[in-house]
Amino acid sequence: MKTLDQIFVLTQHWLTGLAPAALQPLVSMLLIIAALMAVFGTCFALTTILERKTLGRMQNRYGPNRVGPFGLLQPAADGIKMLTKEDIVPEAADKALHFLAPLALTAPVWLAFAVLPFGRNMSAIELDAGILFFFAIGSASELAVFMAGWSSQNKYSLLGAMRAIAQMISYEVPLVLASVPVLMAAGSLSLPEIVRAQSGYALGWIPRWNVLTPWGAAGFGVFLVAAAAESNRCPFDLPEGESELIAGFLTEYSGFKYALFFLGEYLGLFAVTGLGVTLFLGGWHAPASWLEWLPSWGWFGAKFSALIFLFIWMRATLPRLRLDQLLNFAWKFLVPLALIDLVAAAAWLKSGGWQFAWALETRWLLCATLLAPAYVCLGRHWRGGTPKPRRYHYAQ
Amino acid sequence: MLGLGILKGFMETGRNFCGSYYDPERLTTVQYPEERLEPQANARTIPFLIYDGSDPIGGLRCTACTICEQECPAHCIEIVKDTAKKPDYLGKMQLHPKVFDIDTAVCMECGICAEVCPFDSIKMDQVFERAGSHRRLTLHKDDLSKSNEYYNKIHPAEAAAVDAARAEEQKKAQARKAAAAVPATP
Ligand code: SF4
Ligand code: SF4
Repeated sequence: MKTLDQIFVLTQHWLTGLAPAALQPLVSMLLIIAALMAVFGTCFALTTILERKTLGRMQNRYGPNRVGPFGLLQPAADGIKMLTKEDIVPEAADKALHFLAPLALTAPVWLAFAVLPFGRNMSAIELDAGILFFFAIGSASELAVFMAGWSSQNKYSLLGAMRAIAQMISYEVPLVLASVPVLMAAGSLSLPEIVRAQSGYALGWIPRWNVLTPWGAAGFGVFLVAAAAESNRCPFDLPEGESELIAGFLTEYSGFKYALFFLGEYLGLFAVTGLGVTLFLGGWHAPASWLEWLPSWGWFGAKFSALIFLFIWMRATLPRLRLDQLLNFAWKFLVPLALIDLVAAAAWLKSGGWQFAWALETRWLLCATLLAPAYVCLGRHWRGGTPKPRRYHYAQ
Repeated sequence: MLGLGILKGFMETGRNFCGSYYDPERLTTVQYPEERLEPQANARTIPFLIYDGSDPIGGLRCTACTICEQECPAHCIEIVKDTAKKPDYLGKMQLHPKVFDIDTAVCMECGICAEVCPFDSIKMDQVFERAGSHRRLTLHKDDLSKSNEYYNKIHPAEAAAVDAARAEEQKKAQARKAAAAVPATP
C-alpha cells in the first residue's frame, strides 16, 4: 500500500536516477511538468465532455453521444475542429496583444499547480508561502482577460473585459478572506503544512477537516462562490454572457486561440478547486481511519471530482446574475460574511483550550451565534432594497 | 432566507440528473437518424405533383393551367404548355405541361400553389432529407411527380376528401353523359 501511495514519487525518482547526475535536477523538473500537463490536460478534455453530458442529463437530454463509445471521443473531435479552423484576427486589432492574451491566460495557470499538494509528498515545490504564490499567480488572469478585451477593438470585447475586471477583483477579496481563517488555524502559509494540520480525527472518528468546523463550513461556502466567480463559471459568467455581449472578451477569438482561452478557464477552475480541497476538505487525507489504505492521491482526486461536479451542478441550476447584483453580492454579502467568519474562527481557535464538559458544544454554539444571524441579516439586505424605476433623461 | 430557493433549484436539477438515468421516459430527445418521429399530417415541405394510374408522366393531373405559376409569391414555378391535349379524369380534353419546374432554392414552402390548384394536382410534400451530392436545386416534372397513393399516405384525411370529391364529380359527369346520351337514341 505504501508503494501504491507513493507510486508517482517513486517512479519519478527512478526515472530521474536514470539520467546523468549533472542533468538530474533538470530531468526531475521536466518530469513533474510533463506529468502535471498530462494529468490536467486529460482532466480538461474529460471535464468538457462530462460537463456537457451532465448538463444534458440535468436538462433531461442525452448530451453528446455520437463520437466514439458514449461520445467519449468528443473532445478529440472538438480539438481537431479547433485546430483546423481559420484563425481570424480583426483588421483593427492590436495584433501583438491579441496574440499574447490567450498565452498570458494559460501559462500562469500552470504555475499555480506547482504548489498544490496532490498526495502525500506530492507537491511539485514546497513553497513556504505557497498560498500567497497561488493567489498572486491566480490574479494574472485578470490581466490576460483585459488584454484580450482591449486588443480586440470591439465594444463587446471591451465591455466583457471591463466586467471581468470588476468581477475578478471583487471576488478576489472574499476568496482570500475566506482562506485566511485556514491560515490562522494551520499557522502556516505553506499548503502541505495546511494539509498536515488537518490530519487526525476529533473524538476518534470525525476527520479534522476545516470544513467540519463552523467557521470552516461558512468559509467553504464563501470560498466556493468566490471560486466560481473567479473562474468565470456560471452563474458568474457575465464577462462572456452570450445573451448580452455575444461572447464578451472572446468575441474576436476563433480557432485555437479560442480553445486556449477555454483551456485557461478550465485550468483556472481546476487550480482553485484543488486549493479548495487543500484548504477545507483536508487535502489528500482519507475521511476515516479505516479508509486510509487507499492512496492519498486517490482521495485528492475523489474530492476534486466531487467539487468539479458541484460546479457543473451549479452551472445547470442557476441563471446568470446581473452586474449590479454580482457586485453587490460580493461587497455586501460575501466580504462582510468572510470578515465575521474571521472573528468566528478567532473565537474558535482561542477557545480551543477549554477543558470543561460540553466545551465542544459551547464552542459550536458560540460560532453559530456569530455566523447564523449575520448570514440571515446579510442575506436579507445585500440587494440594498428594491431598485427605483429607472429614469431615462435623454432618451425621451 | 437567502439560499433556500437555490437549494430548491439544486434539488430539481439533481432529480433530473438521477431521474434521466432510471426513467428513460424523461428524455425527450429523438435520436434522429436511428429514431424518427411519426410523420405529422400537417407538416409540409416543398410541393409535388400527383399522378393517377401507373404512368408518372402520362398520368399527371396537372392541366398546365398556370394558376399556380401566377399565384406563387416567389415566382419559382415555371410551366411550358404542351400543344397536344388529352382527356382528364372527367373525359374533358385538357392540356398538360411539357415543362414543370420548381426552383426549390426559391420556394418558401408556403403552400399557396397547393391551395389554388383547381385540379388537386399540386400538393405539399413531406420530404426533408433533400441533401444530395449534386447542386441541382430545380426539380423537374419527373422529380416532382408522385403517385396518389403516396399522397394518401402522407396526408390521409386530406387525400381521402380529395378522392371522394373527385369520385363524386366523376359520377356526376358520367350521369350527365348518360343523360345526354339517352335523348340522342330515339
Ligand atoms: S409552396 Fe409557395 S413558394 Fe413554393 S412553389 Fe408553392 S406557391 Fe411557390
Ligand atoms: S399544378 Fe394545378 S394550378 Fe398548377 S398548372 Fe397544374 S393544374 Fe394548374
